[in-house]
Amino acid sequence: MHQEYTIIEGDFVNAGKASSSVKKTLKQLNVSPQIIKRVVVALYEAEVNAIAHAYGGKVLVDIDSDKINMVVADKGPGIPDIALAMQEGYSTARPEVRDMGFGAGMGLPNMQKNVDKLNVTSEVGVGTTVEMMVNFA
Amino acid sequence: MTIREIITLLDGQLCLGEQRLDEEVEKAFASDLMSDVLTLHETPMLITGLCNVQTIRTCDMATLDIIVVVRGKVVTDDMIELAEENDMVIISTKYSMFKTCGLLWDAGLKPIF
Repeated sequence: MHQEYTIIEGDFVNAGKASSSVKKTLKQLNVSPQIIKRVVVALYEAEVNAIAHAYGGKVLVDIDSDKINMVVADKGPGIPDIALAMQEGYSTARPEVRDMGFGAGMGLPNMQKNVDKLNVTSEVGVGTTVEMMVNFA
Repeated sequence: MTIREIITLLDGQLCLGEQRLDEEVEKAFASDLMSDVLTLHETPMLITGLCNVQTIRTCDMATLDIIVVVRGKVVTDDMIELAEENDMVIISTKYSMFKTCGLLWDAGLKPIF
C-alpha cells in the first residue's frame, strides 16, 4: 500500500496529519499498538523537522505485510553536518519552532530510537531525505 | 484518583471527556516540551502549559489521552475537535504548573520516573 502526503513550509497547524493518517491505516491493519507508536512517533518527528526547517516536501509511505518504509524528502537548506545533527541536544531551530514545543535537538535521535533502519542524506542548499523502516514483527 | 477528583483538586474545568470522569489516573508527567513527550514509553496524564493543536497531535502520537492545561490557557475549538476524534480528556486549571504538580503529588499521583 502506497501513500503520499505534501508538507508545506511553516504549516505547523497541519504538522502530524500524515502521521495521524498512517496511524489510522496501521490500526485498521491490526498492527500492534507498540509498533504503531514507534512508527508514528518517528514519522511525526520527521514531519515536524521538515515543516520547521525546510521549504516544503513530501512524505512517502509504503506498507507491506511485514514492514513499513517511510521517506520524508524536503527541499531546504540541508544539513551541513549530519553526525552533529544526530547528537541529542543539537538544534538550529528558530524561536517560533521552540514556541510550538519542539526544537530541542531531540528529533533525529528519537527517530533513530524508534525505527529499525534510519538513513539520512542531505545536500546543503538542496534538501534532506530521511528514510526509515520499521519491521512489524 | 479519578479524573473527577483531579478536577475538584485543581479547581479546574472539564473541556472534553465527560464520559471518562470516573476513570482512575495513576501517573502524571509535566512538560511544555513536546519533544520530551514523544520520548515517553508510558502513557501518563500530561500536565502542560503549551496550549495549541500540536499539544493534542503530540499526545495522539505518544498515545497520551488525558491532558491538564495550566495557567488558565484557553483551549481552542480546533484543539477540542482534534481531541474529540481521539477520545481524549482535557482539563483546564488556572493554577500554575508548579502548584498543579504539587497538589497532584500531595494527593498521591505518581511520576513515571
